[in-house]
Amino acid sequence: MQEDKRINKEEIICYHCGDICRDKSIGKEDKYFCCTSCKLVYEILEENSLCKYYSIDENPGISPKVRSEIKYEYLDDLQIKKQLLDFSDGNTAMATFLIPQMHCSSCIWLLENLYKLDDGVTHSRVNFPEKKLTFKYLESKTSLRKISELLDSLGYEPLINLDAAEKKSRSSHLKKLYYKVGVAGFAFGNIMLLSLPEYFGLEKLTDPEFHKFFGYLNLILALPVFFYSSSEYYISAFKGLRNKLINIDFPLFLGIFVVFARSVYEILAQTGAGYMDSMTGLVFFLLAGKIFQSKTYDSMNFERSYKSFFPFSVTVIKSGKETTIPLASLKRGDRIVVRNNELIPADSILFGGDGNIDYSFVTGESLPVQKVLGEIISAGGRQKGSAIELEVLNDVSQSYLTQLWNNDVFTKEDTSRLQSFSNSISKYFTVAVLMLATGAAAYWMQYSLSTAVNVFTAVLIVACPCALALALPFTYGNVMRIFGRNKFYIKNVSVIEKLSNISAVVFDKTGTLTQSGKSEVLFSGRTLNDYELILVKSVAKNSTHPLSRKIYEHLREFETLEVNNFEEFTGKGISGEADGNKILLGSELFASGNPNAGKIRIFGKSSRVYLSINGEFLGKFEITNSYREGLTEAISRLENNYGLHLLSGDNNNEAAYLEKIFKQPHHLRFGQSPEDKLDYIKGIQFSQSVLMIGDGLNDAGALKQSDVGISVSDDVSNFSPACDGILESGSFTKIPDILNFSRLSVKVIITSFSISFLYNIAALFIAVEGMLTPIVAAILMPVSSISVVVFSVIATNFLAKRKNLN
Amino acid sequence: MSVIVVLIGISVLVAGGFLIAFLWAVRSGQFDDKYTPSVRMLFDDDKKDETKSS
Repeated sequence: MQEDKRINKEEIICYHCGDICRDKSIGKEDKYFCCTSCKLVYEILEENSLCKYYSIDENPGISPKVRSEIKYEYLDDLQIKKQLLDFSDGNTAMATFLIPQMHCSSCIWLLENLYKLDDGVTHSRVNFPEKKLTFKYLESKTSLRKISELLDSLGYEPLINLDAAEKKSRSSHLKKLYYKVGVAGFAFGNIMLLSLPEYFGLEKLTDPEFHKFFGYLNLILALPVFFYSSSEYYISAFKGLRNKLINIDFPLFLGIFVVFARSVYEILAQTGAGYMDSMTGLVFFLLAGKIFQSKTYDSMNFERSYKSFFPFSVTVIKSGKETTIPLASLKRGDRIVVRNNELIPADSILFGGDGNIDYSFVTGESLPVQKVLGEIISAGGRQKGSAIELEVLNDVSQSYLTQLWNNDVFTKEDTSRLQSFSNSISKYFTVAVLMLATGAAAYWMQYSLSTAVNVFTAVLIVACPCALALALPFTYGNVMRIFGRNKFYIKNVSVIEKLSNISAVVFDKTGTLTQSGKSEVLFSGRTLNDYELILVKSVAKNSTHPLSRKIYEHLREFETLEVNNFEEFTGKGISGEADGNKILLGSELFASGNPNAGKIRIFGKSSRVYLSINGEFLGKFEITNSYREGLTEAISRLENNYGLHLLSGDNNNEAAYLEKIFKQPHHLRFGQSPEDKLDYIKGIQFSQSVLMIGDGLNDAGALKQSDVGISVSDDVSNFSPACDGILESGSFTKIPDILNFSRLSVKVIITSFSISFLYNIAALFIAVEGMLTPIVAAILMPVSSISVVVFSVIATNFLAKRKNLN
Repeated sequence: MSVIVVLIGISVLVAGGFLIAFLWAVRSGQFDDKYTPSVRMLFDDDKKDETKSS
């Protein structure tokens, strides 16, 4: 029914993928498709009566039309298969694939019904948040290659990467956290229950034997919490001490340790009931905060090296035959074949075919480079056009591109120069608390030793910065979720703190400020026939000016003719003769034949190129710059608070336009190599804290060197270089809000800290007076922690709404 | 009094049983993916589907 409505609106939507169809030419029964590949997927599903796929979510399909032609032959290689399989007994095998394309419940349904499409698959299961498909199959009936090809044909291209297999450690860490929080929660609940008589002052009514029994039981319950659940705080505190640093975990360790020690003494000496309830509760809340904070974006990879960009396998010619071998076994002297849109994996010499290499991903340069036989082609470029044959000169790891990864930045563990805010606070906090405790103990020493010890431990107990330690994970965890809702995904919560300290923002141009892919070209004037379009394209082909290239690409589907007397007038236009027709392309006056014509002008974001053929003025091409929408506003909002810089690997053709936006011409650099970018950032880091926003491999060094590196991507599941955060390109204009919000969130933390200090001071008064009883501790601890957590979560949500980050 | 001791012993045992159940659930991977099962349970069974279409 819904499809019918759509057709009435004169907009035909592809039944499979939801894209707009040009016309009704590709259809089946009452369903229409945007392309034959979509129809093909539909037919496969229909044949296997899997059409329910379309009824779960609307237009759920992925159009396979943009798919790169990946060959899966290498999956037959035993060595690779072994690495990919989770398990195999020679009969059934199990493997897990990362499928970034899955996006809706229909995807889950189809992927879990894979057995209907392939007899050999016995079982398949989706982990949606991680975008993983785990499947079991019979090795006699099918193979990894067949399953991959099947998935690929459905549009679910599996991302096979050896790195993907090395990501299991994180989830096991989270599992350990769950164990610990389970144990702590169990002990906390039971100890609370057993302490109820204490809370209500009933212990005087009951038998002292009974009292003893409760005490011992509490002690036994608290043991696993002390030794197991809170162990990572001890480890972290001691690690900090070894590096001569008092981190936030040190006062926590001190608090936990003192509460436990004093409680053990009280229980064994039967002088009191102990504070086991507070201790276990504290550990439970702390661990819960850790779990809240540990949300990570599992399907994304923030630690990519060049290996993830490179293909998994290469086609090699051995004794006249083409075979596919894994990239790792590629050697010097091998002959390889690189097809259209494939990446050149290693520095090599061109041996056959026309090289037309697109280095935009490596250098940011948007024009493909022509290469002739015998020329050296460096790795990382993408061949555009027909297949070429190459001889490998260098090993993969020794090529020009990959040498960037030999730079120091990539070997250093953490390049952050900022000491975390919480750690710097906790240093003063710990010293102050220790001094206070000693002072109070010294005062009471005059009267009695036991009171002095009591006061000393009581101060340490109430000063335990539990509210402080909870404010951090809950605030940052919540901010991270808010960022996630706005399509900005960060590696971990420490990025937020670093973001709030940023003073300079560096942009890359290609792919970051500009939209990757084509720009919009519109022709207005007399309607041109095909022959005229061919003439225009032929002339435009001869020029390397970006506007000519854009017109040329716009007319992709046409042929070209031989052009004579081609001339280029810098900034004004081009002229040439083809098939006896004289074509002028350029500024308005230039096209009308005036020799004193001015330069091509830019109107807002678009340039106008006028056309005349044989003296007849035909109209104008309006070429809209592919800069992101809202870029100017976003930049002008950033200008007041941050130093802005631009590093482009491209030439300076568009400098005039960019200078209008940036207003700081000396901060704009063009023609920068990846190393130049890295060095530039190093340079400004002497005085500033730098945020780098980039996208391609050419920014990899700069992203790593900067204090925070954000990579912009059209599709966040696509590959992006190593970085601290991935921003979906649609949210690009939110960058000022994001920076602003991260500053505010640090203020929220400072406020939470102040609140928790107030609690601490109130409690300290009680403790210094020597009046801290288990019941006061048991009330104060949860009340302070929970109120601080509630405050930080509400405050961050409120501020996010104010900043239009929903 | 001793009856309370017995009762508390039993209650701790029961609570311990739940703790073990929780640890087992984590261990067997029930907390690995907290989203997909919520979608999966909404899919109709295939048997129903076949009777509808036939």
